[in-house]
Amino acid sequence: MLLEVSQVAVERGDRRLLSGIDFRVSAGEVWQLLGPNGVGKTSLLRGLAGVARLGLSGEIRHAGSFLYLGHSSSLKHSLSAVDNLRWHPACDVIASPSQICDALARVSLAGYEHRPVGSLSAGQKRRVALARLLLSDAALWLLDEPFTALDTAGCEWLESRVHEHVGGGGAVIFTSHQASRFGASQHNLDLGRYAV
Amino acid sequence: MPSDRPLLSLRVAFARQFYRHARALLASPSDVANPLIFFFMVITLFPLGLGPNPDRLATMAPGILWVVALLASLMVSAKLFASDFEDGSLEQLALAPYPLALTALAEVAAHWLATGFILALVSPLFGVMLGLPWDGLPVLVASLFLGTVCLTLIGALGSALTVNVRRGGLLLSLLIIPLNVPVLIFGTTAVREAVIGGNPESWLALMGGLALGSLVVLPIAVAAALRVSLDS
Repeated sequence: MLLEVSQVAVERGDRRLLSGIDFRVSAGEVWQLLGPNGVGKTSLLRGLAGVARLGLSGEIRHAGSFLYLGHSSSLKHSLSAVDNLRWHPACDVIASPSQICDALARVSLAGYEHRPVGSLSAGQKRRVALARLLLSDAALWLLDEPFTALDTAGCEWLESRVHEHVGGGGAVIFTSHQASRFGASQHNLDLGRYAV
Repeated sequence: MPSDRPLLSLRVAFARQFYRHARALLASPSDVANPLIFFFMVITLFPLGLGPNPDRLATMAPGILWVVALLASLMVSAKLFASDFEDGSLEQLALAPYPLALTALAEVAAHWLATGFILALVSPLFGVMLGLPWDGLPVLVASLFLGTVCLTLIGALGSALTVNVRRGGLLLSLLIIPLNVPVLIFGTTAVREAVIGGNPESWLALMGGLALGSLVVLPIAVAAALRVSLDS
């Protein structure tokens, strides 16, 4: 078991969005948080990561390390892709420039390693952020809208990377507006059922 | 926590964050140059407004220089954590397995080096422009060196509290100007004492104490304010 969520409720400001959420995430599982806009998908994911705590009640237990990729890319536009990953504020990637260049090549950004991230397209920025997945050894990935701005090839790469990760004993929780990214093998958590 | 245990020592984590922020600042030199240009423009305007009487300018110079330094600091403080909040870096910083006070202090230190420290270094030039006597120049540099540490940390606290408030500039000013007043009074008095041949050392010692106290207490307050801003 990598994550256990018991009776979690999510509030935004003085408004309760969700309540009574229970689920357990084990190794080898992919979970998708579903629900209409504004239901609280991002709020719940931020709560699971521990970024937002005030609006959260209930019990969340992590067993092991996790990697959180928010909706924003957490990249500095004035820095290059290599520098952004090398000096990432989460300090969970301790990689040499050559390892980072290899990771960037795997997300089809060979040749863009030393360009300022501000000069890249939205899809390319997303790929830089996703390159962290290749450099981290965290067992659980928490991904907020990871497919946003990616082209078809990028989506396919991410899907195959997720399959690879869960096949190796990891687990993934992600939010997406597109249902059933991973077919019958994924678990769906419809947050509409927990909306207050 | 993203990792079971910290991968780096606190010193290395601090250095990494300092380096990242310094690199980002150096890559956008306008952020470094803006307070200096503002300082230069305002100091240039004072002799035009007050008249070219050197004695009057010299008398008013300590106060003018310190008020403009405070305003320049206020101008850049609002941006301290703004880009980190917008691009999601702040979320990642809060998740890092290191005290947020430490990593926030690293950002503040890089910010101070690029703004307050440079301002203190070039301040004799502005002092000469206002006819400040030579005796006052070393004390002006020392007081700005210590004072901008306090101003930057107080600005960081204001920025952390208002980072998620749209158009929070006015709120930021209301929050931090009262906290800046003691720094302004001590700094101005130190320079004035030097000009009249008094005892600036005691005022500089007070400012040193204030800077040290700020370095100990304010990073903790900044970290708490950042967590509240991320939560809401």
